[in-house]
Amino acid sequence: MHKSYGVGTPVELEVLHGIDLVLERGEFTALVGPSGSGKTTLLNLIGLLDRPNAGRLFIEGQETGGLGEEDITRLRGRSIGFVFQYHYLLPAFTALENVMMPILAARGRPDDEMRATAATLLDRVGLTPWRDSKATEISGGQQQRVAIARALAMNPALVLADEPSGNLDTASADGVFDVLREINETSRTTFLIVTHDPRLAQRCDRIVELVDGRIVSDRPNAHVLRSSSG
Amino acid sequence: MKRFAFFELIVAFRFMREGLMQTLLIILGVGLGGGVIVFMSALLSGLQANVVRRTLNYQAPIRILPPDQVARPLRAVEGAEIAAQVQPRSQRLRSIDQWQKIRDQIERTPDVVAVTPVVAGPGFALRGDASKSVTITGIEPESYFRVIALDEKIVAGRHDIGPLDIVIGTELAKDLGANVGDKFRLATAVGANATLTVIGLFDFGNKGANERNVYVALRSAQNLLDLVGGASAIEVKVRDPFAAETIAQTIRGGTDLQVESWIVTNAQFFTAMRAQILTNTLIRLFVGLTVALGIASVLVVSVIQKQKEIGILRAMGASRGQVLRVFLIQGGAVALAGSVLGSALAWTFLLAWRELARNPDGTLMFIVEIEPSLFAIAMVTATLVGILAAATPARRAARLDPVVAIRS
Ligand SMILES: Nc1ncnc2c1ncn2[C@@H]1O[C@H](COP(=O)(O)OP(=O)(O)OP(=O)(O)O)[C@@H](O)[C@H]1O
Ligand SMILES: [Mg+2]
Repeated sequence: MHKSYGVGTPVELEVLHGIDLVLERGEFTALVGPSGSGKTTLLNLIGLLDRPNAGRLFIEGQETGGLGEEDITRLRGRSIGFVFQYHYLLPAFTALENVMMPILAARGRPDDEMRATAATLLDRVGLTPWRDSKATEISGGQQQRVAIARALAMNPALVLADEPSGNLDTASADGVFDVLREINETSRTTFLIVTHDPRLAQRCDRIVELVDGRIVSDRPNAHVLRSSSG
Repeated sequence: MKRFAFFELIVAFRFMREGLMQTLLIILGVGLGGGVIVFMSALLSGLQANVVRRTLNYQAPIRILPPDQVARPLRAVEGAEIAAQVQPRSQRLRSIDQWQKIRDQIERTPDVVAVTPVVAGPGFALRGDASKSVTITGIEPESYFRVIALDEKIVAGRHDIGPLDIVIGTELAKDLGANVGDKFRLATAVGANATLTVIGLFDFGNKGANERNVYVALRSAQNLLDLVGGASAIEVKVRDPFAAETIAQTIRGGTDLQVESWIVTNAQFFTAMRAQILTNTLIRLFVGLTVALGIASVLVVSVIQKQKEIGILRAMGASRGQVLRVFLIQGGAVALAGSVLGSALAWTFLLAWRELARNPDGTLMFIVEIEPSLFAIAMVTATLVGILAAATPARRAARLDPVVAIRS
């Protein structure tokens, strides 16, 4: 895929120069690279938040270039979960309600089933005691874990995380990362995680490195392979 | 697909609760504006209905007079005309030829409710030192009361007018110092006069009419005005007073009689009323516009404040339509709540108005009917206006690019 910003203006700039990447189901991949290398841009393309200027993107085998706005939105809601550097929880809602929100948007009407799903997810991220707290009343690490639970609400095939622990202290960052890893191992959810922290990158199955809009290295992480096989 | 917009409703109401202060302020604003609009609407229709009702208290919707010669025969209303009425001797009263036949014909006209012949002309009421110019109307009580409900306006005495009886207005009674049972002399320009007994006092709610109109038996008026066997006018009541002019035209067709509708004779009033409706409507329009702009601006601010939340909703699969509806609902809900408040305010104002707006003599200026339908209309209109006002900010929210919204 190619991606340019400012197409048709004097400041047109190609940010991604032919990215060729396959993420296998259940893979836990780190996306690393210097600032400005295009990591967020790539995540936006894969997450159907933006479209490439050239190239094609397949989600679960479906070519997405020909899809209209409505279908893209629906596919995004169903197949992809997002975790950003900032949690972006809706402050007017409780932790549980925030987790329910993607299901509510998809189905339109609240029901007990989605409430139970959300409660289970909150339990998995260890936040059952805070399920009825307003999103603003819990700590940063907890907020990010609510955001993770929310990303998982629709049981997506792929979760895209853009520096999910970038705003957190080391202990909370480790906690958040543990949660992601645990979910990946139990649910076989595919993860693509942008991180600047080499220590966290080392805990992934695969590390993709992006420099100036090109993939300069893409290797399995021997250390993790060894530990998970052993 | 979704059956009903629960998601949108839930998010909209949470957003409004989140910005409670903003929400309450704009509801208050809509309430005040809506209150003014409802109050003015009620006042205007009340004013109109009252003036119309009062005019038709003593004036028939349609009046038929003999063919025009030079000067117009006179009507029994305004003061300025009375002065003209007593001047030239040449202005002899004429009768409508074959008035019985014409009366029967008109009675068969569609939409005509009642018809009555009258003899009307100028005269003087003389009692002691007091001398008052009056308009004498000779009536056939039975048919006349079907056209003009004089019998219902009697505040003292009786209304069954006999040959030597007279019914006068409360003002004239005061001027002459005469009461029920008293006698006074009625003289006319043709040199006739009669001493009549006051059997009743009426109050039309109009000072001019109460001062000037006097009612005697048809035959007495015929004698006093030298019009024996004649009728100087035929008065007609129609089902819908506002259709009077159309019906008058129908009656006019084919005769050389003068057929006057109250709409033409009160042209000045109708012109004034039209001007009033126009200003009133303009004020209401601008208040409504201000309210709509208020709603729109609050929502514009809210959309900007909630950019990131909108972005994340879109990222998690909320459609553009859903985001659009979240804000349309807010506009409609704020306007609906405001209109409920406004209706309550207007209701209170109207009740207060009823108590406070009195004539110098303490009687009510006019009664404003409080129509529940007005409030229903206000609420429906306000909701639609609110949704319309929300359209621009809502479209803006729906068009937000989630990438841009989240990054900014
Ligand atoms: N909307 C945009 N318009 C123009 N240029 C943009 C836009 N978004 C990103 N860029 C540019 O594209 C390049 C890649 O940006 P991107 O945000 O993808 O980098 P990144 O790898 O995520 O960096 P960081 O590690 O700092 O988050 C940068 O040079 C950036 O300035
Ligand atoms: Mg980035």
